[in-house]
Amino acid sequence: MAPLISHAVPVHSPRRARPIKAMPWLTWIRKRLFGGPWDALLTALAIWAIAVTLPRFVEWAFLEAAWSSHDPDACREAAGACWAVITEKHRVMLFGTFPYDQHWRAATAIAIMLGMMAVSAFHHLWSCRLAVAWLLAIAAVLALMLGGAFGLSPIGTHQWGGLPLTLMLFIGTVVGGVPAGILLALGRRSSLPAIGAVSIGFIEIVRGVPLIAILFMASLMIPLFMPEGVSVDKVLRAQIAMILFFAAYAAEVVRGGLAAIPRQQFEAADAIGLTYWQAHSRIILPQALAIALPALMNDIVRAFKNTTFVSIIGLFDMLRATSTALQDPRWTLFAPEAYLFLAALYFVFCSAMSAYARRIERGLPDGGRDGRS
Amino acid sequence: MDGAESEPIVEMRGVHKWFDEFHVLRDINLTVGRGEKVVICGPSGSGKSTLIRCINRLEEHHEGEIVVDGTPLTSDVRHIEAARRVVGIVFQSFNLFPHLSVLENLTIGPVLTQREPRGEAERRGLELLERVRIADQWRKFPGQLSGGQQQRVAIARALMLRPKIMLFDEPTSALDPEMISEVLEVMAELARDGMTMICVTHEMGFARKVADLMVFMDDGEIVEAAPPDVFFGTPQNERTKAFLSQILH
Repeated sequence: MAPLISHAVPVHSPRRARPIKAMPWLTWIRKRLFGGPWDALLTALAIWAIAVTLPRFVEWAFLEAAWSSHDPDACREAAGACWAVITEKHRVMLFGTFPYDQHWRAATAIAIMLGMMAVSAFHHLWSCRLAVAWLLAIAAVLALMLGGAFGLSPIGTHQWGGLPLTLMLFIGTVVGGVPAGILLALGRRSSLPAIGAVSIGFIEIVRGVPLIAILFMASLMIPLFMPEGVSVDKVLRAQIAMILFFAAYAAEVVRGGLAAIPRQQFEAADAIGLTYWQAHSRIILPQALAIALPALMNDIVRAFKNTTFVSIIGLFDMLRATSTALQDPRWTLFAPEAYLFLAALYFVFCSAMSAYARRIERGLPDGGRDGRS
Repeated sequence: MDGAESEPIVEMRGVHKWFDEFHVLRDINLTVGRGEKVVICGPSGSGKSTLIRCINRLEEHHEGEIVVDGTPLTSDVRHIEAARRVVGIVFQSFNLFPHLSVLENLTIGPVLTQREPRGEAERRGLELLERVRIADQWRKFPGQLSGGQQQRVAIARALMLRPKIMLFDEPTSALDPEMISEVLEVMAELARDGMTMICVTHEMGFARKVADLMVFMDDGEIVEAAPPDVFFGTPQNERTKAFLSQILH
């Protein structure tokens, strides 16, 4: 018999940390930026593009810019950007046609809304109490904006504008649209044919139509069908249109989350005697929403940007307020600066929400499945 | 436990069921007495899981009659609820709620369906976890437990609703071999305490020890039913013999 070739060596090796290999920065540059001829070409092109545009931009935006003059003529003389337009017009851009001496109310409303959004980003704070806090915050914002109580002078919704209006429409869309989307998603899966058909019909029709069309319908057609003497506020009409539009998309995202929940979870809930609503609110939806949350955040970021569409039906959101401010003939010339500032503002909001979405995608909140099973 | 004299708690008479065109249960007649243990075995696809899932209406039967603790199972929701109140089930794949802690998995049923105060439910839950020898894990989430531990939590969850009948649908088939015995021990203990049990399982050692009645199913029919000594000693039907020779080596 041939001697045994196979063998293994029993040892005792204690556990230790994995060794870390650092990459020197020169190696990093060589490997990551000049890994091959194609990489080198792309890197060179990128460097050339930056070299050509950046100095001129810096020159325009910073070195030769006029920063704080109340005189537009001073801006005309400067070779660079005129940031003075923002100092001059920031009140109109931020608050639209809201009465000037009441701007503190709108500013407080902004602070409340931003504060609540920031708090809501910490998912360990998610609880019934946070929901109650949101309801109180919304009530406070409406009281501040509408007035007519607590000694505040009444202000009509036609005077709303700027950042408060943008934030209110956004929050209203999410707060109203997420529950509506969940109901539509459940409706679409319903075993009752009528509910299923209505849900599918609604979702597909709304998704098949641009938001602008829905906004126009809400602002122009609904009043035609209303009985004499009944009128729905214009801001409210836009808000309802945006909620319906958001809900149709959210429904499909939530449906994806629901589809990911195994049938056995429904069976287990049935077997311990839970009703349909108990099973969904306690068992199915918490898991489905945790799965759907990253995709839902995409829709939420889009909802923020979609608020700009209301300017088309004559609401003074931040975009419309800015373009109104620029109708001042002395400052019209400096529209690029104003719009650049506005774009930066939108970017800050949207990128913050996107960063949050990426974070929850990496580590889902407690509702997520623990991958260790 | 005198099998012949005890009154029936589950009665299935002439039960038929179809999955689309497939005739999955054919003329099932099965009576289970209070406190008795029935073990159902048979090749996969023979309809044994479907049979026990009909008892708490996770599956609907199309012909015949099923009476559970005096309640006839019809499409009437109240009858289904009544049946589910007295029947607990343990699934092959545990089916714990992954987003709830072990203790919450136990308390959610009684708190929501029987309006039991949370504190009382938690006290009973910890007691039951003690009984299935996993009390120290109550804080954890199902994903952090081994399969054997999860299945014991699932048994405790079913017991929380104080069922009169426990159904087991291949409770050890998804477990790694070294975890099977810890689950079977808990089940045997439950049997000793007098629970009425209907188990679908291939664990013939457990069956021999615990069963009052062995049922062999094949192709949607009950082929043979006998007490375990007869069933294992002198099986009558050729199909039973063939199955047993395969499974017992």
